[in-house]
Amino acid sequence: MLGYVLRRISIMVPTLLIISIISFVIIQLPPGDYLTSYAAQLRTMGDIVQQEEIDALRQRYGLGQPVYVQYFKWITGILLRGDWGQSMEWQKPVRDLIWERLALTMVLSGVSILVSWFVAIPIGVYSATHQYSIPDYILSIISFVGVGTPGFMLALVIMYVAMTAFGLNVGGLFSQEYLAAPWSWAKVVDMLKHLWIPVLIIALGSTAGSIRTTRANLLDELNKPYVETARAKGLPEGRLVWKYPVRVALNPFFSTVGWSLANLISGETLVSVVLSLQTIGPMMLRALTSQDMYLAGSFLLLLSTMTVLGTLVSDILLAWVDPRIRMEA
Amino acid sequence: MATDQLLLEVKDLKTYFFLEEGTVRAVDGVDMVIRRGQALGVVGESGCGKSVTARSILRIVPRPGRIVQGEITLHRMRESKNGRTVTEAVRLTDLDPMGVEMRSIRGAEIALVPQEPMMSLSPVHTLGNQIIEAIMLHQRVTKAEARERAIHMLDLVGMPRPSRTIDRYPHELSGGMRQRGMIAMALCCHPSLLIADEPTTALDVTTEAQILKLIRGLRQELGMAIMYITHNLGVVAQTTEDVIVMYMGKVVEEADVDSLFHDPKHPYTRALLRSIPRLGQRTRERQRLESIRGSVPDPYALPKGCSFHPRCAQAIRGVCDREEPPYVEVGPAHKVRCVLYC
Repeated sequence: MLGYVLRRISIMVPTLLIISIISFVIIQLPPGDYLTSYAAQLRTMGDIVQQEEIDALRQRYGLGQPVYVQYFKWITGILLRGDWGQSMEWQKPVRDLIWERLALTMVLSGVSILVSWFVAIPIGVYSATHQYSIPDYILSIISFVGVGTPGFMLALVIMYVAMTAFGLNVGGLFSQEYLAAPWSWAKVVDMLKHLWIPVLIIALGSTAGSIRTTRANLLDELNKPYVETARAKGLPEGRLVWKYPVRVALNPFFSTVGWSLANLISGETLVSVVLSLQTIGPMMLRALTSQDMYLAGSFLLLLSTMTVLGTLVSDILLAWVDPRIRMEA
Repeated sequence: MATDQLLLEVKDLKTYFFLEEGTVRAVDGVDMVIRRGQALGVVGESGCGKSVTARSILRIVPRPGRIVQGEITLHRMRESKNGRTVTEAVRLTDLDPMGVEMRSIRGAEIALVPQEPMMSLSPVHTLGNQIIEAIMLHQRVTKAEARERAIHMLDLVGMPRPSRTIDRYPHELSGGMRQRGMIAMALCCHPSLLIADEPTTALDVTTEAQILKLIRGLRQELGMAIMYITHNLGVVAQTTEDVIVMYMGKVVEEADVDSLFHDPKHPYTRALLRSIPRLGQRTRERQRLESIRGSVPDPYALPKGCSFHPRCAQAIRGVCDREEPPYVEVGPAHKVRCVLYC
């Protein structure tokens, strides 16, 4: 098992290197660079921009160099000095910008995944064991509506309702007074107070999907002979369903932990924009549109790393819950 | 153990499956009696209702199947307050299938050895976990004692190195070993009736012979009754004393093994026996094996009258296709459902 994990980790290194090259190149692909979009922005605001000024800036940031030189500088900076480069738009080092947002994103996504599992699994199990009953039909309709409702729209509706009916502003992750404040216990409490609305909105889509997955998988398992064996032993129905078929039916959850993390992050972008949450999504979107390449590249690299790590974690989890996989490993 | 004592009575059992395409009368009026310690074979083609009969007795008929009529009575031995054993009759058909009392019978009084040893053990739990669970469900023992008993049981069914095999997962065991494990699980609470539902169908011939020998030996040692469901007449001849032949949800013939093999009465039984190759036939006498013409009728549209008449060589037009044949006694404990013997 340990050998397997080590082998997997050693494969991850070249994978991540290739991903970093590809993402860096893709960010550079659109014509122009940050300074062209910056100059265009200034011009729309009526400023007169001198070409010499732009050229001087381009020189300073090293934007005139060939792509591979830029990439090499960037990646060695990360590997050797933990220097992720400079965000041109924010005029700050990338590492000062990303970590807090990354942490907030992880909290938001992690809590959303947990909430969606805690809601989806019992509902899915109920739906499958009561197949074609009236509650099953009702739950199925609700979960289909949930799958089909875009998160950002739900966010808008909730904001509107909260504002007009209760006079509440549900946007953001913090109250006004904590927004710029350093981290403290009070700030954490404040965050938890704000967290549940975005969590519910983000969890909705994946909950609905997970209900369907659980139901379908469990229906496949419920007619397997091993369930009948358990029943023939005299086990109570509830206990046997949770111990045997549910246990097997949940395998897909463990195997998708890896990418559900990355999925949630890209999924929450729109919701975060609407609710003005300080997570990765909106910042990355802006960095990509303004070609703030070191910031965007760093985000991409971090997300890829998380996905690759997540896949490893889910493989280890799977091997842990399913002895048949352990053998093959 | 006395074999004249009643253990299980099934009277006019009807188990139907209500599907969208129509109603399937999987079991359509089955009567049978199993005495203590008796080995009863139930023979028939696929879909004749043998397995559904077994599941009706255990009260685990899968949806959308339901027992619509009939009685199943178990004569259970119990220790009375003054320490004597008394027999009490429990009508299984009156119990809630998932209720406490039925669950205390299922697995303890009546146990099942299923058809597919490959699929009948949970792939994600160890063999021991699944056997110990059954023991602790029905007996007041600690986990350590239950483990001890499970190992003892595995030893009894001839599992190699039981104290290590107990911690193995099913996929680490061969088909024969898994079936030994299933038998150990079924026997761990000393049932008075063991229902073996084609326990060797999925195994190769050598393993089949070993498992059959094991079941015979265990029956002698533990004295339980066995209901042996199979489509293999050879297996019946080796393992049981009495046989019931089923066709389309009905019992068409019942007799002791000797009478059935040497003097079969029902045209279906005869045809079944003729379709088995025999050793020792001389080349000159050797003939093509006969098969039963036609195939099992559509379960949604059973033929009128005797359900075997469309395939029967001796069918009498105007009689067999009109009326349900009577169940007639043709010898001591030999009954047949056919108009030819009226």
